[in-house]
Amino acid sequence: MKLGHRRRTPDELARRVARDIPDGAYVNLGIGLPTRVANHLGAGVEVVLHSENGILGMGPTPAPGDEDFDLINASKQPVTLQPGGAYFHHADSFAMMRGGHLDICVLGAFQVSASGDLANWSTGEPGAIPAVGGAMDLAVGAKQTWVMMELLTRQGASKLVERCSYPLTGIGCVKRVYTDYATLACTPEGLRLIDTVEGLSHAELEGLVGLRIGP
Amino acid sequence: MNKIASTVAEALAGIPDGATVLVGGFGTAGVPEALIDGLIAQGARELTVVSNNAGNGETGLAALLKAGRVRRIVCSYPRQADSQVFDDLYRRGRIELELVPQGNLAERLRAAGAGIGAFYTPTGYGTDLARHADGTPKETRCIAGRWHVLEYPIHGDVALVKAEAGDRWGNLVYRKAARNFGPVMATAARCTVASVHCIVGLGELDPEAIVTPGIHVSRVVQVQRLATRAGGLGSAAVRQWA
Repeated sequence: MKLGHRRRTPDELARRVARDIPDGAYVNLGIGLPTRVANHLGAGVEVVLHSENGILGMGPTPAPGDEDFDLINASKQPVTLQPGGAYFHHADSFAMMRGGHLDICVLGAFQVSASGDLANWSTGEPGAIPAVGGAMDLAVGAKQTWVMMELLTRQGASKLVERCSYPLTGIGCVKRVYTDYATLACTPEGLRLIDTVEGLSHAELEGLVGLRIGP
Repeated sequence: MNKIASTVAEALAGIPDGATVLVGGFGTAGVPEALIDGLIAQGARELTVVSNNAGNGETGLAALLKAGRVRRIVCSYPRQADSQVFDDLYRRGRIELELVPQGNLAERLRAAGAGIGAFYTPTGYGTDLARHADGTPKETRCIAGRWHVLEYPIHGDVALVKAEAGDRWGNLVYRKAARNFGPVMATAARCTVASVHCIVGLGELDPEAIVTPGIHVSRVVQVQRLATRAGGLGSAAVRQWA
């Protein structure tokens, strides 16, 4: 079969997400793929990054030898503070989320339903040690919750689904999904297409996802 | 009034078996390791521990768990790359876990400190964590078109928090993101014990910058700053307070 398209690499995907983050936005980037977005914010775009453990104005990884383990991110990796940054305690940090003060939260996901239900904290595997962290708070708190993920599992199944089979993190909370094949909006009426990679037709995308996608 | 204890043992005296102990920290930042070591030596058993994580490596909270002192843990993120002590106890059914979304954990502690009877939050609605341990659903209510779950406060008998500097009235300041759960846990326990690296005279902490006012603190004890992950890098921290 002739491949008429090429998937977005993780950095291309991060650049695609970054393009939609406006100057002046307060943003939380989730663990994993979303952390890459920070490397692709446009020049002249000033974005304030929030970290759940009480940081606004989080900066990049420090140079080797300059790590300070009192200053870490949600993944417990050392980070830095931008001039103008601030520290605050956990109840304030999550009030910032829950209170709708963050503009955008970008999360990874195991599954997202067409109407925006999110599953990203547990695969429900028996015997697994459960852990949720701030996932459920982030999912429902920000003005907009975006998901950034590869569209297909390693087995080729779509992670965009009619109904999530994994345990839910939040209901109807995802507004937009950025994938290596396409960008889509989740609406109460189902998926709508925002863009695709070059050479991928609407019908081909619907074939991959297995759901109808509105224009 | 002098809340300064001369030793960790003195600061932790009287913690009974079966106590609920709030332990500050996120990952290794802000974990009051010296107080946890002191609690192991103090010997209280059958504890309920409330903390964001369930211990890293073999020290601190992990050592307390390994010593078999904890019956139940309330936390948001027990599973980590180095949470082998908890993982083993949990798999063998030797510890009870209440998993709480991190923001609900913080707000339930805040509610305890603020005298709130319970609160409705959208976090967790429609998920497995909107159920009690016995599987029955928590109360829910639709408020202004949005569904919320009723959550209750978490009161501590004791809070163990790690701060940077304190005075004899118990006023505290913290260091960077090691602040995390410290200030909110300090309000939520009947007795809050703070370890500090630096004891200063009354009036030396800028009143505009005090994070935990002394009313929330019962005992303050000075501990050495270790060049461990939990203590922050010695050099950076020492430069700041030199």
